[in-house]
Amino acid sequence: MNDDRDFMLTVNGTTVEIRGAAPGASLLSVLREHLGLTGAKGACEEGECGSCSVLVDDSLVCSCLVLAASAVHAHVTTIEGLTQSRDVQAAFVECGAVQCGFCTPGLIVAATDFLAQTSDPDPDDIREALAGNLCRCTGYGRIIEAVVSVARERRGAAT
Amino acid sequence: MSQTITRSEIRHGIGSSPTRPDGAAKAAGEYAFSSDLFPDEALFGVTLRSPHQHARIISIDTSKALAIAGVFAVVTADDVPGKATYGLIASDQPVFASDVVRYIGEPVAAVAAIDEETSRRACAAIVVVYEPLEPLVDAELACQEGAASIHPDGNIIRHQHVLHGDPTVKGDVVVEHEYVIGMQDQAFLGLEAAVAFPDEDGGGVDCHVATQWLHEDRAQVAACLGLAEESVRLTLGGVGGAFGGREDISLQVHVCLLALTCGKPVRMHYDRVESFLGHVHRHPAKIWMRHHATSDGRLVNIEARFLFDGGAYASTSSAVLVNAVTHTQGPYQCPNAVVEGIVVRTNNLPCGAMRGFGVVQACFAHEQQMDRLAEKCGLSPLELRRRNAMHTGDTLVTGQVVESVAPVTECIDNLAALPMPGSTVGTHSYLLPGGAGNTTRSDNVHRGVGWAFAIKNLMYSEGFDDFSSARCRLEDGRITLKFATAEVGQGFITIAAQIARTVLGIEAVDLDTIDTNVGSAGSTSASRQTWMSGGAVDAVCRVVRERIFEHHAAASGCNPLALAVEGTDLVDTTTSERTPIEEVVRGLTIDEEVVYRHRATVHLDERGQGNCHTAFAFVGHRAVVDVDVELGLVRVVEIATAQDVGRALNPLSVTGQIEGGIAQGLGLALMEEIIQEDGRIKNPSFTDYLIPTIADMPPVVAHLIEIPDPQAPLGAKGVGEPPTISSTPAIIAAINDAIVNATGSTQKIHRVPVRPLDIVEAAYGGTAD
Repeated sequence: MNDDRDFMLTVNGTTVEIRGAAPGASLLSVLREHLGLTGAKGACEEGECGSCSVLVDDSLVCSCLVLAASAVHAHVTTIEGLTQSRDVQAAFVECGAVQCGFCTPGLIVAATDFLAQTSDPDPDDIREALAGNLCRCTGYGRIIEAVVSVARERRGAAT
Repeated sequence: MSQTITRSEIRHGIGSSPTRPDGAAKAAGEYAFSSDLFPDEALFGVTLRSPHQHARIISIDTSKALAIAGVFAVVTADDVPGKATYGLIASDQPVFASDVVRYIGEPVAAVAAIDEETSRRACAAIVVVYEPLEPLVDAELACQEGAASIHPDGNIIRHQHVLHGDPTVKGDVVVEHEYVIGMQDQAFLGLEAAVAFPDEDGGGVDCHVATQWLHEDRAQVAACLGLAEESVRLTLGGVGGAFGGREDISLQVHVCLLALTCGKPVRMHYDRVESFLGHVHRHPAKIWMRHHATSDGRLVNIEARFLFDGGAYASTSSAVLVNAVTHTQGPYQCPNAVVEGIVVRTNNLPCGAMRGFGVVQACFAHEQQMDRLAEKCGLSPLELRRRNAMHTGDTLVTGQVVESVAPVTECIDNLAALPMPGSTVGTHSYLLPGGAGNTTRSDNVHRGVGWAFAIKNLMYSEGFDDFSSARCRLEDGRITLKFATAEVGQGFITIAAQIARTVLGIEAVDLDTIDTNVGSAGSTSASRQTWMSGGAVDAVCRVVRERIFEHHAAASGCNPLALAVEGTDLVDTTTSERTPIEEVVRGLTIDEEVVYRHRATVHLDERGQGNCHTAFAFVGHRAVVDVDVELGLVRVVEIATAQDVGRALNPLSVTGQIEGGIAQGLGLALMEEIIQEDGRIKNPSFTDYLIPTIADMPPVVAHLIEIPDPQAPLGAKGVGEPPTISSTPAIIAAINDAIVNATGSTQKIHRVPVRPLDIVEAAYGGTAD
C-alpha cells in the first residue's frame, strides 16, 4: 500500500520508488539503505568530508546534506553510475591514491566533476578544487598525481 | 621442457609497485567496508553512554525501553555472561559500567531494535539514576600522594624510572623547558562498524568487524561472552583506516552480546560524535627535559619527566609510557640519563594507541631541546645533531645496544643537501598563510626552516610474545595465501603477494579471506606487519619452495640443495639448467603454515634498564613554512624527508605511508586537538576537530634510505610510524625560525598544536616561552 510519503528518485538513469523513508532522510541514507548503493560513504554527516559526494543534476553535492525528497525531480548520479569516471578510477589505483579507500569514491566523483571543467589543472588548482574531500591515509600527494595524469591523458587523447 | 638460455623475470615481485588488489573495487565504490554490510533481517544496535564524567549508578530501569514496539533487547552489565571487563594489557574496562561511570561517553547499556531510529528512541527511554561524584581531571593531581582513587586498580597506571650511567653529570651548557602535547584523534574516515551473526543454538557467533587485530578481539570478546575462543569467529570487515584507534575493543562485545541475546543478526555503526567517544586517543602529555652538553655541543646527560594522562582506563598506556621514556634521547648518543615517567588515570577520555605510540610526544620534546641547545652552543641545528648522531652499536638510555642499521647521519646529510623551495609570496594568494580567506598581507609573511629527527622502535616490546602466522597453498599452479593480518589501508595485501611471487617464481597469487581461521598475525600496529607478517609470508613460501625443490629433485635426480628460483624459473646452480616453475609444479599440491617470531625482548628493570625493544628505524624531516606572525597563521610550504626504510618492498606504498604519516604530523603541529571541558568534548565533529585538507598539505620531497637491515626478514623496516613522529617538531622548529626572522624574538613555541596566539606571543614577547 502506498504511503503519501513515498516518492520517486531517478538515480543513475533509472527511476525507482522509495518507500518508507523517514521524512527527513538524507539523500545519502536513501541511496545507501534503500537502494543499496553503498559507494557514497558517510564519515561526518555534516558536509565536511566529501565522502558522500554525488552529482545532482550535474552539480557536485554532499549527499548527506541533501534532503532525499528534495531530489525527486533531479537526476542523481553516484559513483556506481558515473561512467565518465572510469579513467579517473584507474588513475587513482595506478598512482597509489587509494589506501583504505573510504574517501576514494567521493574523491573520484569530485575529481571527475573538476576534470569536466578543467583540462590542464596545476597542483594548486587541484588543491583548491578538492579541498572539500578529506583523506586521512594518503596525505593527498598521490591524489594530485592521479588527477594530473588523467588530465594529461585526456589532453593527449583529444589531440 | 628444460632450457638453458634466456633468464626469466617475475612480474610484480619485491621492489616493484604493483597496484593494490582491492584498488579497483575501492575506486568503483564496490568494496564493502564494515559499515556497508546490511544483512537481511539484521537489527540495529545502539549504545547508551554516560553523560557524567564521574558518577555512581544508583539504578537502571530498562522497562520503558523494552516496551517500545520493535525493541528486541536491552542489555546492561547484568547481562554480560562472562568476564565483566576487558582491556589490552590490564582488564580494567567494564563492558558496561555497573557501579561507577568514569568518563563522559562510557557505555552503560545497549539496545537492539528493528531499525536505528527505534533503537535510538529506546536508548533515550532507559532511565539511569546517577549520583555525581567529584571528577579527577588533572593528571598532576591524580599522581599526588593521597589523591582520591577513581578505580580499584588505583590512579597510577605505570611509574617507570630510567637511570643510566652517572645521572649527576653536569654539562657546560644546559637547556631546559616544559612541553605540552594535546590530545590527538586518529580520525579514520571509516567509522566503527560491525555485524554479528549468532549460531542457531546460541553457542557461538560470527562477527565481521573493522579492527587491527582479529585474534586479540576474539580472545577479549570470548572471555566477556563466556564462550570458548573457537566459538567466536571473526572476519575482517573492510577497514576505513585505523592509525591505532582500532586496536582496542569498541563495539565488538556489545554487538556480539546483542546478537546472541536476540538470536538474530545485529549491526552497529557509530556516527562521528560517538566515534570520538568510542575509541582511545593519543595521550595528552606534559614533558619536562633538561639537556646537558659540552660547550662544543656533545650531549652528556639528559634529565626528563613525562606525565601522560591515560584517561579513565588503562588500554595500552603502560606500553605507550615505556615507549616515551625509552626514546628520551632521540636518535643521538647520550651516556647518562635520569628519567621519570608517569601515566595516570583521570576522568578524561581513555587514551591508548595512535601512530607513533608515545614516541611522538618524546620526539616533540627532545627535538625542541636540541634546537635550544644548538642556539646556546652557537651551532646550526644540523651541525649539533651531526655531532651527536646515533650509529649502529650505540647504547640507548636503557642500556640496550642499537643493533639495527642506524643511518642518522645519512638522514641529516640528505636533508642538508636539498635545495630550498622558491618564494610563494606574490604567486597565488591561496598559497599564503590563511589560504583562500586572503587574510594575510604578503609583507607580513616570513619564511622559516626547521629540522627534526627521530628514532622509533619497531614491533612489540617488553617480553611480549610477538608472532605472526601465514599459510601458503600451492594448487593447480596457483598460490593462495592466508593470514589474519588486518589490512587497514596500508597495503600489506599488496606486498604479501609480491613476496610470494619473488620467493616462489609464480605470478598467480590469490589472497584468502582475512579471518580467525588461521593463526594470529598480531596487531597491525607498531610498524610491525611488513617485518612480522611479511616475515611469516616469506618463511612459509620458503617452506613451500623447499618442497618444490624436493619434488623436482626426486623427479630429475638432481641435488635439491643446488636448486634456486630465478625469475619464473627453477635453476640447477650446478648445471645452470633452467626449468619453468609452472612446469615443475604441474599437478603438485602443497599446503604449509608457518609462525614467525622476532627475537625475545625483556621487561625494563626498576632502573629502566634492559633490552626491551626489538629493532629501530630512523627518520628526519625538514619543514619550510611561511608565517604571518601578526595573525599567527602558518602555511607549510614544503616538507622534505629522509627515511630509513631498510628496503622498499613496494616503493609506491612506502611513498604513500610517508606522505600520509606526514599529514598526520602536520595535523598535530597545527590544528588537531580534542578539547575537553569538564570531561566533555567541545569539538567532536569534523567541523570543529580539523584534520588537514588537500589545501593544507604541501608537496612532500621524500628520499628513501635503503640499507637492507640484516635482522629484518626481507631487509625491510616498517615505515608507517616514523613519518608522523618528527614531522611535527620540524614544523614547530620552522615556525620558531620564522619568528626570529620576523621580529628577532627567540621565544619558542612549546606546545602542539600551536595556536595563533602562541605564535603572536612568541613573536612579540608575550608569555609563550
